[in-house]
Amino acid sequence: MRYAMAIDTKKCVGCSDCVVACQTENNVPIGYCRDWVVEVTDGTYPQLEIEIRSERCNHCDNSPCVRCCPTGASHYEKGGIVTVTAHKCIGCGACIASCPYDARYSHPDGHVDKCTFCLHRIEKGQQPACVAVCPTKCMYFGDLDDPNSDVSQVLKKRKHKTLIPEAGTKPQVYYLI
Amino acid sequence: MREEIIVSGRMNPHIDPHLEIWHWHIPLYLFLGGLAAGILFFAGLYFILGKENKYTGAVRRAPIVVPFLLVIGLLALFLDLRHKLFFWQLYTTIKIQSPMSWGAWTLMGITPLSIVWAALHIREFFPNWDWKFSILKDIEKFFVQYKIVLAWAMVILGVILGIYTGILFSAFNARPLWNTSILGPLFLTSGLSAGAAVIILFAQSKKERLLFAKLDLMLIGIELFLIVHMFMGFQASTQVQIDAASLFLGGSYTAPFWIFVVGIGMIVPAILEILELFHKKIPVIIPVVLVLFGSLMLRFIIAYAGQLSRWLY
Ligand code: SF4
Ligand code: SF4
Repeated sequence: MRYAMAIDTKKCVGCSDCVVACQTENNVPIGYCRDWVVEVTDGTYPQLEIEIRSERCNHCDNSPCVRCCPTGASHYEKGGIVTVTAHKCIGCGACIASCPYDARYSHPDGHVDKCTFCLHRIEKGQQPACVAVCPTKCMYFGDLDDPNSDVSQVLKKRKHKTLIPEAGTKPQVYYLI
Repeated sequence: MREEIIVSGRMNPHIDPHLEIWHWHIPLYLFLGGLAAGILFFAGLYFILGKENKYTGAVRRAPIVVPFLLVIGLLALFLDLRHKLFFWQLYTTIKIQSPMSWGAWTLMGITPLSIVWAALHIREFFPNWDWKFSILKDIEKFFVQYKIVLAWAMVILGVILGIYTGILFSAFNARPLWNTSILGPLFLTSGLSAGAAVIILFAQSKKERLLFAKLDLMLIGIELFLIVHMFMGFQASTQVQIDAASLFLGGSYTAPFWIFVVGIGMIVPAILEILELFHKKIPVIIPVVLVLFGSLMLRFIIAYAGQLSRWLY
């Protein structure tokens, strides 16, 4: 099993509903976020192109954050989801420094926090909160090893990319372009 | 002109607009660790070479400061942890791929070792020292017997600790400035140079002082060579590393790095040490303090500048 997400940059309107849904669902402390929206404007005026991306931890296959954690607090859950066990985390910050996407933050309680792909919802057979709430239905979540899952299907049909693959982390959040 | 503008909605404290997760604690800890490693390395080395009586400053006297350096360093590391009550989790597992983990274990070994070595030579400073309890006397006898083992352990663990202070940074591919394998040898050399400088202070004879001034001079030379190599490597690498190096080649860290680390911390003390070799009267404290200052600044500047360097996407 390999959980992954595909996000359609052509459909996303940058409304940030996913951000608010995540903050509510996961009780994210005020002023912090586990997912966020990035807008990239590219080109020569007036020929500009905008790409809007909802970003989060990429649940990398070869994740430096798990590798550098001295206690094993950062670890792989089933399906390759990368999570942090709060009561094992010493708050050394190594994993924060190791993530090329800066997807982690130091929770005001002291431990490190980040996107979990809403593991607690997946276990109940639900979609992650951001996927479930998106008004344009631009996100697809599922198991890459299952050729019939939403995410496998859409990746078969559409052109896609990952963010800075040259950083070598094998990110598992795909952007449809 | 073609332009790319990236606007992010993320504003996490200490992460945006650029990483600020490590403050003064980590560079201070790396400096003290490197310095301790340098002193222990020379103490062990000259004991193994059978020069204990010739170089008493290096073998017997300077190591007395090491337990203090290590304890202050560990305290700084502890203060840096944000989930302090769980720090013992460090010692529930060994994770070979995590420099933090094997660094913590190395310190677990080298700190008690340095305390034993300092205790064995306490009479250098307090000639009438008496351990009072017979059990302590027995322990002393036991360690005196195995001093050669202690010395070997100090040399080996000293090198590991010295390299670790650099690898802690260089293991992070996410921060292009840190992501160069030169940092391990560079920080090791800087630690050895700082260690040699402190030994000069404790040296008992002119001969010993000159030997360590020469060693220090050589180590400074190696450091300069490694720094040049580091920038050559960056310049020949990918865009993110070229950008990282530009922090020191025109960017915001240019002046602090070249003035404090290379100028005041390496070239000036090197000149003073050369003058001393030519029998000019130079108060030894000046080059020593400058070398220590340069070594400390190297850690601080690499720690802070590294957190500014990043991948853009
Ligand atoms: S995106 Fe960052 S935090 Fe997430 S798995 Fe990859 S390296 Fe770790
Ligand atoms: S901050 Fe916590 S999760 Fe991150 S590397 Fe340190 S112990 Fe592991």
